[in-house]
Parts: sequence; structure tokens; C-alpha cells
Amino acid sequence: MDRRSFLKTTAATATLAGLGLPAWASDEPLKIGFIYVGPVGDMGWSYQHDVGRRAIEEALGDKVQTTYIENVPEGPDAERALTQLALEGNQLIFATSFGFMDATVNVAAKFPNVKFEHATGYKRSENLGTYDARFYEGRAIQGTIAGRMTKTNKIGYIGSFPIPEVIQGINAAYIHAKKVNPDVEIKVVWAYTWFDPAKEADAAAALIAEGCDFVLQHTDSTAPQAKAQEAGNVYTFGQASDMEAFMPSPRVASTIDNWAPYYVERATAALEGTWSADATWGGIGTGMVKIGEITEAVPAEVKAEAEKLIEMIGSGEYHPFTGPLNKQDGSVWLAEGETPDDGALAGLNFFVEGVSAEMPK
Amino acid sequence: MITLVKRPTPSQFWAYATPLLAVFATMVAGGILFAALGKDPIAAIKVIFYDPLFGPNAAYFRGQLLVKAGPLILIASGLAVGFRAGIWNIGAEGQYIMGALAGASVALAAYPAESHLLFPAMVVAGALGGWLWGMIPALLKTAFGTSEILVSLMLVYVAQNFLAYAAFGPLKNPDGYGFPGSRNLQQYPSAHNPELIAGTGMHWGVVAAFLAVIATYVLMQRHIAGFRIRTAGEAPRAARFAGVVPAKLVMFCLGLSGAFAGLAGLFEVAGPNGQITDSFNAGYGFTAIIVAFLGRLNAVGILLAGLLMALTYIGGDMAQLMLGLPTAAIQVFQGMLLFFLLGFDLLTHYRLRLGRARA
Amino acid sequence: MIGGIDIVTLIAALMAASTPVLLAATGELVAEKAGVLNLGVEGMMILGAVAGFATAVTTGSPVLGFIGGAIAGALLASLFALLTQILLSNQTATGLALTLFGLGLSALFGKGFEGIRPPPTTKIDLGPLSDMPVLGPILFHHDWVVYLSLILVAVTWAFLKYSRMGLIIRAVGENHDAAHALGYRVIAVRFAALAFGGALAGMGGAYLSLVRVPQWTEGMTAGAGWIALAIVVFASWKPERVLIGAYLFGGITALQLQLQAAGYAIPVHLLSMAPYVITVLVLVILSATHRHGAPAAPAALGRSFHASN
Repeated sequence: MDRRSFLKTTAATATLAGLGLPAWASDEPLKIGFIYVGPVGDMGWSYQHDVGRRAIEEALGDKVQTTYIENVPEGPDAERALTQLALEGNQLIFATSFGFMDATVNVAAKFPNVKFEHATGYKRSENLGTYDARFYEGRAIQGTIAGRMTKTNKIGYIGSFPIPEVIQGINAAYIHAKKVNPDVEIKVVWAYTWFDPAKEADAAAALIAEGCDFVLQHTDSTAPQAKAQEAGNVYTFGQASDMEAFMPSPRVASTIDNWAPYYVERATAALEGTWSADATWGGIGTGMVKIGEITEAVPAEVKAEAEKLIEMIGSGEYHPFTGPLNKQDGSVWLAEGETPDDGALAGLNFFVEGVSAEMPK
Repeated sequence: MITLVKRPTPSQFWAYATPLLAVFATMVAGGILFAALGKDPIAAIKVIFYDPLFGPNAAYFRGQLLVKAGPLILIASGLAVGFRAGIWNIGAEGQYIMGALAGASVALAAYPAESHLLFPAMVVAGALGGWLWGMIPALLKTAFGTSEILVSLMLVYVAQNFLAYAAFGPLKNPDGYGFPGSRNLQQYPSAHNPELIAGTGMHWGVVAAFLAVIATYVLMQRHIAGFRIRTAGEAPRAARFAGVVPAKLVMFCLGLSGAFAGLAGLFEVAGPNGQITDSFNAGYGFTAIIVAFLGRLNAVGILLAGLLMALTYIGGDMAQLMLGLPTAAIQVFQGMLLFFLLGFDLLTHYRLRLGRARA
Repeated sequence: MIGGIDIVTLIAALMAASTPVLLAATGELVAEKAGVLNLGVEGMMILGAVAGFATAVTTGSPVLGFIGGAIAGALLASLFALLTQILLSNQTATGLALTLFGLGLSALFGKGFEGIRPPPTTKIDLGPLSDMPVLGPILFHHDWVVYLSLILVAVTWAFLKYSRMGLIIRAVGENHDAAHALGYRVIAVRFAALAFGGALAGMGGAYLSLVRVPQWTEGMTAGAGWIALAIVVFASWKPERVLIGAYLFGGITALQLQLQAAGYAIPVHLLSMAPYVITVLVLVILSATHRHGAPAAPAALGRSFHASN
């Protein structure tokens, strides 16, 4: 796995911008296209990708020209939108939803000279790279804060869909809560949606009714935050975007999908002719996962502990999944000191020991 | 005071003139909207209506027009027959889902065996799946007089939940790393519904759509059954005297539209889409209702309406790309087009008269 | 507590959860009673959501926000009325187009209102009543819109059943030709019923953006308008049953989430189908029992009216 240094990228960008070096030989700007599954106004997933797109324009100025198509349904419409982008002369195209995978594979095969990047997928080719964020690193921080602060020893988790990304997050949150608080329990509710405010509010209410005083969410609306605020003494974390409107409480910290450094880096690579189809899985270290401000609602020593953990994960000194860890059924997953390889982690489909929730079938 | 006077027979002139007038009115109103959003209205209209057909990459987009219009036309052809008879199936979305599920299940059960019989078997299963889903409101209507409008609509939601259940459960790709969604049928040669001539967008679903247009044209214009269907819609009592059995008619219309929608779903899942996912249905079943009415419930009209609708989708994407128009503006634009088309139809059936109303 | 489920919390939660669809369904019921099927509820709700949000944020008053949402919903409904009642377009197709139009229009108006928090809608403090066990949390712990929605259901029920205007609406919905012959202004009645339906749908949308979420985001109604349509059918066009229907639809969602939170592994999708299957069953039972009597649905539902017909 290719771990990129955020510092190196931004330094390179700054140099490029500062010296105004003509990195792209011709006068034509490099055209970069995006397709989004939701509207850019969703304030969550697609919005964060668009923030990344605008960061490219900001960093590279008139050397690039970016366009996007929003609200693209998965399936043939995605394939058409991607083809449209390629036909319009876009040289680098980002497909920003898991469901665009097979469409992107098809279009990439038709346009071997265009560079494609697919978010959160696992299919690659000569001109199709993938990228994803280690959201579970952010969950480790959330688990630590929640484990320390919970009074009821019950942490609630609103899952979107039972897919590896979400399962990683639940495990990481639980492991780190348990580490600082052996009595902690985690309760999981599957909402089967990425965005449905009413349902998310109900899910949060259900978890609060079960006595959870921390509600973690893997869905994108702020409805759970509002529910927590209404209930009082319940804390939450921002998801996808910072959700700063609910600071300092109930939102005590957040995990932000920060695609900007990666997008700027890839655009720069395409400009310089050094782009190649990679599998990137960025985290806190590369800046792809950003932890939003930890508010004053968190006691100072807990905040310090969380910041220490951010630093250790960021430097690569500590992996959130470090053995000994058992699977939910009690069998051994990781031995003492062992960490999983990225392949196994990417397909994670079981809970760790101690999680009482059942995996839906 | 303007009053409306019903024409004894629909005006031939206005039947052709109103769609043109509506498209023109939409261009004007849409142009104002685009100008208000700070875009060049003329350029926007050109990108939406002209570029997909005659622009630089038109060869590709003309094919895509067929891909997008195919399922709309196929579903709308079936629906229109029922609408003519006064049988309101608004649950085509559900029948589309069930057809796709049935057809894909056959393919996934046979995987990875290769056989020339597989695709035909899937087609039969797809039609059957949609037909069966359409028969539920039909049977409830004939047995208990339950409204088919409401039952068919409710069954859309049942089908949607069933689709999610299948995508996360029984049909999930065992090699998919735990992600929801079935195997991709595009990578299963016997089950794939490919482009018949590369680059044209033509696949079996588009062929079926054209056949459906011809078949419903012949049925409605040239066949005694079509006459009975139209009579049943326009004069139910007279139809009974003419020997129309209402129960049979209900079964026929809901079965036909269900089977057509099921076929559309099957061709879509085996072809352009490729896999069953929880978001597989993209609203074709509902959009087809609009297409049916835009086409004045007439086979040829539906063909044109389906293509026009597809054009606004493809042109709308292009306008986003070239001019940075948000999808919201495209949705408003499509909404206006539909309102004008539906509203102006009045002129076909009524004459405007200046003067005082009698009552 | 039954099987780990806190019934009191469940009921209190679903009352708030059901308020948007309850409002929208009550409005749609009146429109359908007048014989008009408006499938554009989703579009009216989301336009109400953005208009209500924008008004509340701009003026700082949630009350004005709800009024703004209602006006926006009513305006969009008037467009539907213009098309279907005066230009005699097909109601099903026009309703579907209205949803498309409303979704787009709301997103256009909503640009610039994302990521803001609206002024809070006040809860009514009923003092000792709110502190009562069981009944306190269920009945006396809500914001004023929840009570208003319940009052509106009661008023609608009484209005349709006892008032002269209610009688006229029902007459128009049952047989517009006869109503016309009796001298009632069919189109005007339907226009008013539709506008009322739009206003309530708009208020329901505003409740989502001002109380439930509370925030404005594109597409935030996420299908609530369609559920409202199902509820009207479930209720067999009776206002008092709309209340039951809204709580059933909201209740099943709340219940399945609570069951999950309590640690039960349940087939979520099969359970989510249940309210729709139940609605179909209710329809069948109604139509079977009304075989020889008055049908449950307004007889003229979905038909166009023209005086010279």
C-alpha cells in the first residue's frame, strides 16, 4: 500500500503555485471531471468530494479546469456520465461512489488514454486506480473519547449498511472504548440508508432510549445530532463533514472526509506525467481522514489522550487493529502484536469479540 | 371570460401542434430560468436539445438515447393499453423490479453454466415476474373490486423492500467482499444482453421496445380487441353490451403492462445495468407513466415521447457538464416541459371560446 | 419495558416522528375527498421544507417559518390545480411531474441555506403534567406543532363530517356532475381542497427541516410524501384513521430500530414491507365489505371534471 506524505504533496503544490512553473506543456488546461452520487448540497459525502474538487482549482489555478455531474444514479446513467466526461476531453476522472465501480471499469476500458480513479472500490486496471480513506482510524479516536466519557457505559452506533467499511468502524470504536473502559457495551442499529434524516433521527432516539449516552453515526445527516441535543447529556461526533453547527455539544469531535490533499496530489501527478493507477488507502497520516476540533465538552485529560492517539496513528506508530484480538465467536483473529494486512481488512465481515450485536444475514 | 367547449372529435391539427407549442414554450420559460441562473439561455437550450443529436459526439449520444428511451417506451406501451381501457396501473416500477429479480435469479441460479437457452429462459422469467406482480392488483380488483391504482402503487414499496432484501441477502455476490449487490451479468456471457451492433446502443430491450410499439399499434388500431379496450375506457356500459367481460379486460391489461415492465427490468439488469443492487430501479416505472400521457396514449406518440424524455436526461447531463447548470435546474426544466405538454393538450380536445359561460 | 423495549419512549418518539406525514396525509385526504388524486405530495413537502426553513432563518421566527412552508406548499398545489382543474390534464401524470418540479425548485431555492441551524421551535411546558409518569412523556412533552397537527386532524374530521362545506366537498368527490347540477362550483371547491392539501404538506415539510433534522439539505424528505399517500389509502379516507395510519407507518420504523437497538437481529426489509402489505389488506377488506354498499374511496377520485361533460 502506497502511503503518501501529505506534507510532501502540499510542499510540491506550494512550489508549483509559487514559482508558476509551466508543468503542463501546452496552454490548454488539464480537464478533470467528477461524478457524484448525490447533490453537492447534501452536506455530506458528495459535498466533501466537491470541496476536494474546488481545492484542486484553488491549488492549481488555470492549469486545470474541473467539471462535475451530480445526482448520477448508479448503473447505466453513471456509465453514460463517465463517457460524457471522457468525450468532453477530461483527462483525469474521479468516480466518487462505490456503486459506480463496474461502470467505471467499462468506461476505463474504452478510454485507455484517460486516467480514472474510483473511490472505495476494489477493481483496478492500467488506467483505473482506486482510493479510499481509513475511516476506522477516526472511529478509534471516537471510541476512546466515548469510552472515557460515557456514564451509562453504553455506546450507540447507527450503521448505514453492513459492508466492510462500516464494520471496520464499529470494531474500531468498540476496541478503543473497551480499552479505556472495560465495562463498555456497543449497540448497533442498521438504518439501511446513507441519508434519510427522519430514519436517522428515529435510530438515534432508539439508541438513546436504550440508555446510550454516545451516539456514533455512519450516516450523513445531522438528525442524530439534533436528537442528542434534545435528549441532553448525549454526545455525538460529526460524520463526513464537520457538522460544526452542533459544537461544542452534543458534537464533541468529528471525522471529516478530507479528499482535498489527495485530489490535489493526483491532479499534480497527472499534470507532471507521473500519474499511475494505484490503490491508495489514506488515513490520518496522509490527511485524508481529518479529526475535527475536539471541543471543551471533553475533559482535558481525555482530549490529551485522544490527541496522543491521533498522533500515534498518524505517524504509523500504532495500528487501530493490533492484536491480540478475537473474532466475535471467540476464535483468534490477530495474535499479540499482529496487525491485519489491508486486503483482509478491506473485506472485513465480522465483529470482534465483545460486540453483542448480531451481524445481519 | 373564456369558456371551453368540448370538440366532438379531437382536433387533428392541435394533436400535432400542441407538442411543438409545448416544447417551444418550455424553451422560452426554461431560457428565462437559465438566464436567471446566470447562464446563456440560447446556449443551454442548444446543449440540451441539439448537441446530443447533432453535436460533436452525437454518434455516441444517439445510441444512449435508445438505451435511456428503451425501457421507458417498452413500459409506457403496456401502460397505455390499460389507460385506454380505464385501468390504471401506476405500479410499473414494482413490476419492473420483480421482472429484473426473476430474470436475474434464473441467471444467478445457473451461474457459471454457459448455455444458449439461458437468455431466453431469463426473458420468460422476467416477463413472468412482472406479469405475476401485475396480477395481484388484477385479481384483487376482479375478486373484491379493490382499486388497482392504490394496490399497484403500494406494491411498488413492497417490491423495493424485496429488492433490498435480495441485494443484501440471497442474490449477494459471494465474491463481492461483503458489498451488497449481485454478480455482474455483463461478465456472464450466456446471461448478458449486449449491444447487438457495437456503438449503437441497440440491445434486445430496445428491440423489444420497438416491437412493443408495433404490437400495441396493431392491437389498438387494427384489431377488434383494441376496439373493445377503447370502448371499455370511453363508454363502459356500451362495452358490456358489446360483449366485453370486465374481469378479463382487467386481467389482460394489468397482465400485459406488468409483463412489459418486467421485460424492461430484465433487459436492463442483464444489459446496461448488469447487476441487482438495492438502488437498481431508477424510477423508469414512474417516468413511463408520464411518457404514456405525453404520447397521448398512442403507440407512435409514446415512441416520440420516450425519445424526447430521454433527450432531456442526456441533454441535461450535458448542460451540467458544459455550462455548470445544477441538476435542480434540469429537474425544474423537465417539470416545466411536462406541465406545458400536459396542459396544452387541452387544445386538442376543447375549443376556447370568448364570451360568457352559460351556467 | 416489554422485551427490552421502552414502550413509553417508543410512543413518544413515534408521535414526533409521524408528525410530517400526519400533516401531509391529512391535507391529501381533503384533496382526495374532493375527488382529486395529487401524487405530488413529495414535491409539495420538500418545497415547504425549504420555504419554511428559509423563512424561519431569515425572520428568526419558526412560527413564520411554518406559515411560509404552508404558503409554498399551497402555491405549488395551486399550480397542480390550474393544470388539472382548468387545463384538464391527467392527474396521475401531473402529480408525478409536480414531484419532479418541486424537488428541483426546492434545491434551487435552497442554495445558500445549507449547513445553517434554524431557530428552535419551542416545546410547550405544561408544568406538572409533563412530569407525570407514562402520560407525561407521551402526551405532554412535545412542541406546539405536534399538538397543532392533532388538532388539525380533529378539525378536519369534524369539518368533513358536520359542516356544510365538508358536505359539499364530499359531494364533489363522489359525483361531480351531480354536485355541479346542484349548483356547487366544482372547480372552486377542488381548487380550495388542493390548496389546503398543499398547505398541510408544506407544513409537514417545514416540520422536517425545522424540527426533525433540523437543517436544510437537498432531497431531505426522502420519500415521506409517498408514505403520506399510502397513509390516506390505509385510512380509507377517514381522518381519524389517518392518525392510526401515520402512527403505524412511523411506529413500524421506530419499532424495528428499537428492536435492533435492544439487540434483536430482525429481517429489516421484510418488516419494512409490512405497513404496505397491511395497507393492501385493509383496502381488500374495505372493498370486499363495501361490495354492495358505498365504496370507501371517493367515487370521482382521479377523474377530470368539465361542466359540459
